[in-house]
Amino acid sequence: MSPTLTDANQVVADPADGLAALESRRSTAEAYGIPLAVLAEVTHRCPLQCPYCSNPVELDRAGSELSTDEWKKVLSELAEIGVLQIHFSGGEPTARKDLVELVQRASDVGLYSNLITSAVLLTRDRLSALADAGLSHVQISFQGNEPVVADRVAGFKAHAKKLEVAKWTRDLELPLTVNAVMHRQNLHQLPDIIEMAVDLDADRLEVANVQYYGWALKNRAALMPTLEQIEETSRIVEEAQARLKGVLAIDYVVPDYYALRPKKCMGGWGRQFFNISPAGKILPCHAAESITGLEFESVRSNHSIAWIWQNSEAFNRYRGTGWMAEPCKSCEFREVDFGGCRCQAFALTGDAGNTDPACTLSPHHDRIFKVASEEAAGQHNRFIYRNFAGGTPEPD
Amino acid sequence: MASGRNITVSEASRPKLPRHTRLKFDETRQVWVILAPERVLAPDEIAVEVLHLCDGVRSVAEMVDQLAAKYAAPREAIATDVVAMLQDLADKGFLTEAREKTP
Repeated sequence: MSPTLTDANQVVADPADGLAALESRRSTAEAYGIPLAVLAEVTHRCPLQCPYCSNPVELDRAGSELSTDEWKKVLSELAEIGVLQIHFSGGEPTARKDLVELVQRASDVGLYSNLITSAVLLTRDRLSALADAGLSHVQISFQGNEPVVADRVAGFKAHAKKLEVAKWTRDLELPLTVNAVMHRQNLHQLPDIIEMAVDLDADRLEVANVQYYGWALKNRAALMPTLEQIEETSRIVEEAQARLKGVLAIDYVVPDYYALRPKKCMGGWGRQFFNISPAGKILPCHAAESITGLEFESVRSNHSIAWIWQNSEAFNRYRGTGWMAEPCKSCEFREVDFGGCRCQAFALTGDAGNTDPACTLSPHHDRIFKVASEEAAGQHNRFIYRNFAGGTPEPD
Repeated sequence: MASGRNITVSEASRPKLPRHTRLKFDETRQVWVILAPERVLAPDEIAVEVLHLCDGVRSVAEMVDQLAAKYAAPREAIATDVVAMLQDLADKGFLTEAREKTP
């Protein structure tokens, strides 16, 4: 009888926002048990304009956002059906005036709460109020390790404020994750970003390479790293993971364009994750609304969240392996990666039911990855900034 | 920086769960879980018992004595298992030590 620990989940980090989906091996619920963690995108409003934003290109307007009472009801319902963790994300979640109230509700119903923030709107008093409301963890995004690169990527004078808020976070004894989204124009800063995370006394660092849908796909030519850069990145991360064991945990997400097999996106469609959009749609992933022809149910409908998860057409559409065509259908890896990412298949091949072209077995793979590698080697460095107007090109 | 991390667990350690982790009974799935950023761990029954003893006051030696008495098991075997389990947790960042004093 030796004591053991089982990682209940396979951590499936979704790089665009550093989210991880969780899966319980011991779940006693039915085939598609309620996820352990849910992402609540409480608003799409954000002062930053990062060109790789994981939000859809069609952003939800402020007027369509769920009200305070609606979110509070959602949080209670999530806890009741067995969700354990809630990630408050956006947009910028602190743009909502009622965030302290929402965190308090999460605490009251026993949810472990994580704030995924750009930090730029926080004051020390507000962070302190969030801590008092029971916030369990803070994740701050960084666009680089110094303001010249970082503020240009964010399209906002953000870096200095982020450093300040990271210090407040630790002063308040809140655990801190530094999330660094990496691409061709900031990968050279990775060693300094790792040191920055250590200096900030972070518990965790997420090194997340951009994943190319939505805004990032629009900006692919300006963001795509070269294969040499990625190999160097992997080497730097592995060295740092060994050196900083017990000091800083480092999670690493490779860009799937350079992997041989596609990622098990979201742990498989509708298998272990859902998110809630600002307007209350329950989605299999935060990019799912980019797939046209799928209808997503809302918490404002007369269905319960559990019903939507288990029975709605959109969730069942790409669950399991029954929907697959070749080369997935007869592939020995079909239950390993579940065909990769539906949104990427849709964006790059026009059919969400196709094999993710990140897979070398996809007939679209060679064409798409030739274009991407040419972009990586090119000099098109101007961004298209993310905003409600559909994007604005960076001035010369 | 990072005080209380990178610990080596010994019988003299007085471990506790860090602020960012929470030991909780999951009513829906009827299992104990450790909640941490981006992770849920499912400790088994014995591990849960050990974790309940990790209050930052008790030493590992005291925990081992208690468990050896309760299960009438060889102290040495229990000590090996408990230290290995706690070290594994510490390496993953899910265990810290009570601070003697803040520098």
